[in-house]
Amino acid sequence: MALLSVQSISVSIGKLNPLDGITFTIDKGEILGLVGESGSGKSLTAMCVMGLLPRIGGAITKGSIVFDGCELIGLPEIEFRRLRGKRIALISQNPMTSLDPIILIGAQIDQVSKLHLGLSAEAAKARSLDLIAQLRIPEPAAIHRAYPHQLSGGMKQRIVIAMALAADPDLIVADEPTTALDVTIQAQIIQIMVELVRDRGLALMLITHDMGVVAQACDRVVVLYSGRVAEMNAIGEIFAEPKHPYTRELIRCIPRLGQEPGSLKGIPGTVPSIIDYPDGCRFNPRCGDARELCRAQVPALERKSSGLAACHFSEV
Amino acid sequence: MMAAFEPIKTAIRSPRGGASAAVLLLVVACALFAPLIAPYAYDIQNLPGSNAEPSAAHWMGTDEFGRDLMSRIIYGARTSLTVAVTAISISVVAGLSLGAMAAYFGGWFDRTVTAVVDLTWSFPEILIALILIAIIGPGVGSVMVAVSIAYLAQFTRLTRAQIMALKNETFVEATTNLGAGHFHIIFRHLLPNALAPVIVAGMLATGDAIILEATLGFFGLGAQPPTPSWGAMMSSGTAQIFIAPWIIIFPGLAIAMTVISINLFGDALIEALDIRNRLRSV
Repeated sequence: MALLSVQSISVSIGKLNPLDGITFTIDKGEILGLVGESGSGKSLTAMCVMGLLPRIGGAITKGSIVFDGCELIGLPEIEFRRLRGKRIALISQNPMTSLDPIILIGAQIDQVSKLHLGLSAEAAKARSLDLIAQLRIPEPAAIHRAYPHQLSGGMKQRIVIAMALAADPDLIVADEPTTALDVTIQAQIIQIMVELVRDRGLALMLITHDMGVVAQACDRVVVLYSGRVAEMNAIGEIFAEPKHPYTRELIRCIPRLGQEPGSLKGIPGTVPSIIDYPDGCRFNPRCGDARELCRAQVPALERKSSGLAACHFSEV
Repeated sequence: MMAAFEPIKTAIRSPRGGASAAVLLLVVACALFAPLIAPYAYDIQNLPGSNAEPSAAHWMGTDEFGRDLMSRIIYGARTSLTVAVTAISISVVAGLSLGAMAAYFGGWFDRTVTAVVDLTWSFPEILIALILIAIIGPGVGSVMVAVSIAYLAQFTRLTRAQIMALKNETFVEATTNLGAGHFHIIFRHLLPNALAPVIVAGMLATGDAIILEATLGFFGLGAQPPTPSWGAMMSSGTAQIFIAPWIIIFPGLAIAMTVISINLFGDALIEALDIRNRLRSV
């Protein structure tokens, strides 16, 4: 049974409906990539899982989210608080501002295991030092006594990851954990994070817009487009044989070594505005193969030769 | 923890910070060790020697009952500082809690707190204090309560503005995402970050509170005789202003010096903490 099963959830915020029938599952020990352009609903999906939608005035209008046999929709805030950090931890986008500027790094990691595992001060500290070392930050003891402003961005992001791991959660939701960092650090941090997650057999939901990161880390990929699932498949298949034209375009956007200078192209057009989604398939205005049917009818997320895709015309 | 004292050290090293700190230290020493420092007891009357000029025996002269003015000023520091510091401490603690909860929880609670606070904010402190003392009666305790309520609005508003800005910070969100509750977020993350400007505002308000206490004492609403208070001493000096001006001048100087020092030190502290912008949010 899947650890987390998200079944056709739709979300409304005021008059807007930014998510429409998002469906995916994550198994224990699996790394799932959630990709898509800005505004495709990646972060919002993470907020649904974390139960943070009410905070921005949103609500899940239909569907279900089952985590380890427990329905999360309608779960009271007080129960959610017990899940957050302890069973599901979120790593947010911006390491620069994710740490309290006036509290010692050590105290910030300690408080997580104190709160959720009921550890004593010494036990929590030992655990934090161990975590810092596992994230390959030199001199854990010195870092434990440092303030956030004394650390570099990459180090801060590792500390944020250490905080997420501190209470031994079953699922980690990483919302673009490396966007704020430079490219060399990005690869390093993703690698460390993936290693730690694999070692512990944790499930990881990795939200990113970078297909390169996906290729490096994930087992399976969910491609979102304008609040709907475009395609879902195992990592090998998605790169070898993308079923949805949007996925094909995304893969085409990965820069390659030896590529002709100036030949790297983006996807023509822009993400449709949430206020005015096109009828039918939401990708049809940007799709090279769009036909009459695409503009008239919403394609269902169907089983193809491998994986699922929502396209009327993908072969097999 | 040592880092918390750095700004204070920096403030003391600046010229005005150092000078004002020295004066403040003197005033605090007077308040703490009044019986040891004062040359005479504050309540011994000597009617033949009343309204005596400053002399070697009585450095600041004597008042209309022949009491040594310097001793009374030294003991008066006790009354002034006790009332001002206690009242402002109560005010700061209450303002921090009210402001933080109002900003964090919002909704009807925020609207109620803001409405009441803005209402008291629209009256001068002295008027609020007078009304409150009219209700609860004069005395040192009443002055403390009145002063603390008179300044409550200021700290509540300042804290509320700070927390409003802080509660949307990513680190608060990140802490929530790791399962922290409201209590933990308010007391461990929000308040510590909002504390510096509130403490400095509290320090500056202590100066104002000394004046307010003196004013109430001047009206005879504060400490009752024979307990010396700077305001009451000035009040009794008005009758002798032409025959014994020192009775009104020296307590007035004591008030002025103390309040100026507090303000200068507060300024130096603002500079050292670099929070001038944040204080403007009131």
